[in-house]
Amino acid sequence: MTTTETPDTLRRILDYSSRADPYPLYAELRKTPVAPQEDGGYVISTYRELSDILHNPHLSSDVRNLSHPMESFDQARTPSFINLDPPAHDRLRRLAMRHFGPPHRPGLVTGMEGDLRAVVGGLIDGFEGRERIDIVDDFAYPFPVTVICHLLGVPREDEPRFHGWVDALINSIDYDPKTDPKEKLENGLQARKDLQQYLGGLLEQRHGRPGDDLLSRLANDDGPDGRMTDEEIVATANLLLIAGHETTVNLITNGMLTLLRHPHELRRLRDRPDLVVPLVEELLRYEPPVHIIPWRAAYSDITVGGTVIPKGSRIMLMLASGSRDPKRFHEPDRFDPDRRDNQHLGFGSGIHLCFGGPLARLETQIALTELVRRLQGPRLVADPPPYRPSPVLRGPIHLHVEQTDG
Amino acid sequence: MTSAENLRAFKRDGRIVVVGASLAGLRAAETLRDEGFTGSLTMIGDELGEPYDRPPLSKQVLTGWVPADGTKLPRRREIDAEWLLGVPAGGLDLKTNQVRLADGREIPFDRVLIATGVRARPWFVESEAALDGVFVVRTREHAEGLRRALAAGPRRVLVIGAGFTGSEIASVCRERDIPVTVAELAAAPLVGALGAMIGEVAADMQRAHGVDLKCGVKVTRLEGDAQGRFRRAHFDDGTTIDADVAVVALGGIRNTEWLRDSGLAAGVWGIACDTGCRALTLDGLITDDIFVAGDVARCPNPVYEYRLISLEHWANAVEQAEVAAHNMVSAQADRWPHLSLPVFWSIQFGVNIKSVGVPTFADEVVVTQGSVPDHRFVAAYGYRGRVTAAVSFDNAKWLDHYRQLIETAAPFPPPCPTPDQPADMKPVPVDFPGPALLAQGATVVVTGHDPGERRVTAAQQHHR
Repeated sequence: MTTTETPDTLRRILDYSSRADPYPLYAELRKTPVAPQEDGGYVISTYRELSDILHNPHLSSDVRNLSHPMESFDQARTPSFINLDPPAHDRLRRLAMRHFGPPHRPGLVTGMEGDLRAVVGGLIDGFEGRERIDIVDDFAYPFPVTVICHLLGVPREDEPRFHGWVDALINSIDYDPKTDPKEKLENGLQARKDLQQYLGGLLEQRHGRPGDDLLSRLANDDGPDGRMTDEEIVATANLLLIAGHETTVNLITNGMLTLLRHPHELRRLRDRPDLVVPLVEELLRYEPPVHIIPWRAAYSDITVGGTVIPKGSRIMLMLASGSRDPKRFHEPDRFDPDRRDNQHLGFGSGIHLCFGGPLARLETQIALTELVRRLQGPRLVADPPPYRPSPVLRGPIHLHVEQTDG
Repeated sequence: MTSAENLRAFKRDGRIVVVGASLAGLRAAETLRDEGFTGSLTMIGDELGEPYDRPPLSKQVLTGWVPADGTKLPRRREIDAEWLLGVPAGGLDLKTNQVRLADGREIPFDRVLIATGVRARPWFVESEAALDGVFVVRTREHAEGLRRALAAGPRRVLVIGAGFTGSEIASVCRERDIPVTVAELAAAPLVGALGAMIGEVAADMQRAHGVDLKCGVKVTRLEGDAQGRFRRAHFDDGTTIDADVAVVALGGIRNTEWLRDSGLAAGVWGIACDTGCRALTLDGLITDDIFVAGDVARCPNPVYEYRLISLEHWANAVEQAEVAAHNMVSAQADRWPHLSLPVFWSIQFGVNIKSVGVPTFADEVVVTQGSVPDHRFVAAYGYRGRVTAAVSFDNAKWLDHYRQLIETAAPFPPPCPTPDQPADMKPVPVDFPGPALLAQGATVVVTGHDPGERRVTAAQQHHR
């Protein structure tokens, strides 16, 4: 019976022991595309069904539409647009996008290329004379953090302060009251408060002081939709700060790991740097940084893949499983940078499609091109590498690489 | 030889001619090579220069953001073709399998793809159309000419016709702060394609952006000065308007005249074909070696009661070309039907308008999401209780859901509420000005009595 089988599969996926390779379990999960769970929730794991539901206007991102609200959610706080539905979501995302991309600021991301190359170049310069490098701590973490701090207007030197908060916060995303210590949740909630207070403090300094960073722009902007409230700006900055580096760290690290596991592709990329564009798309399909959308809510009854999900149900979306669905992708478990028709779910889909996707793409393209160009005969020290705890934002916690002369 | 051997030989060294070297023709050629066709490929096009994209011609090119010669279509792969450009096709001989060019050259083929598209419908009085300052917009030369005229700072622009192209051009004028008058015969802009409810929204948008919108009027005369420059337009209500530029945006004429004596079911409505893109003869028989794709094709769609529908949509040109090309080099059993639902988009007055399905195939329309006063919403169209189309204003990301509703013949109006609930969810009559799906008068006559001698011949066709 699927109802007893899949909850077990899901539990095994969430269990840390399967972090290094959850893909065989995803395949098991896909046998039931829309799987009801014992707690009344649903898990969706196949491409077609995921794609359908992500475009379904009856799917809600607002926790208030769950019939059983989650403990891990602080009801009092102002949600960011990732946890809102239209029209509130649309308004906030529009207000933020005015400062980030087309049509109002079309050249922002492409204009950052020079700065990004400089940061990457500087970090790789630091590898000189070192036999062993941690791709995570020495490169994939500091790079996007520097970028998002600069973009938002958060002082880079405050990084040690918010690093701890973000870690605690990410850890609490998949909090399960049945198995996890209450402390995990409480740490997460406290970290969220601290981070918000910190961002609120920064915002206060920006009012009335026009500047080029996002915080200043949001604080002083008066567009056709008006201005965000201070609470909304803090919630937005909070979202962008976390999403702006946590995910990219994993994408870059997963990328380097994948290339080291496919030396032929690594050599090809070194010879032909322009291959990096389709390669990063394939990476977003094959080893994406976001594996799971832990919850969405059925605003009204939703029919997907022939199953009716009742109003108020919690729905878990297994994006990384969808991107490995053999019904959609030919030989899905093969890393193939030449793959055509690669409409992966790496950035999600629909109205919540990753806000920072264009920046993440460019960061990862530059990072991987430069790493393979400059690392001398890189070799993995441990395969698989040690992983971070989260099954949601999945990636190695360290990726040790040795340079040989080869 | 078996048919499999025939097909292999044809794929290896057969001759394919593509008539029409624009979006559909180019994509078809690329697909033919993708599918392993290694024979000779000839591209015939009446315009000089490489194939280019047309949607930007009424948008980014006119604002000056993209130069008129900067919209070349990206090439997906080498196609290794012989290009015969600058001379239109003049005829098609199905007995000898030859395309005749207007200059008399004859190009033999084993299979041919017809993708000759549409040209702009010119102003109906030739001498007035020739006035300096009177434009149509279809080619990049047209767009470049109009861009220059707009850059010269005209006192006023008159746009004749408030369909998508006319509305987009009016939008560009307002973006460039040029006074613009839009004259439309119907009661509102876009009403012929999207019905009265959306037409009202479009009219609101135009007026809010300072367009002088005149609906229910007909332009009767374009008047020039002694130097042959357009100066004034006369309306059927006796009024006039002074302007330096007139843009005639009265839709297109399908380029089928060259097929008049070919024996194909070609006419003002396009060239009829099956879902496999094979052309029909005038008698309604299917041909084996003649394929059609793009704006000029008129293809049955099972979702819409198998009616023959011709679409001037970018995505349709691409998808139909790919299906046609695949079928040209495939055995009967491996052929694909062209079954995708029409998708269309426009950008005007800062709003992205997108539709899926066939909005004219509807009797009712209902706003399902968002807010009409804010010009951010989705409206679903229904025909006798099922969803047949949807239109979004700045809400395009939802349309995949509506595509699914259409494909599954979901009940109309869609029942369940969404978070972004409109104030009023009552369906209203869709109210199109004319019977849009019905043909415009007799196009053929039938002769003969015995089954062996029954034939169809084309009736007098006239273009206006």
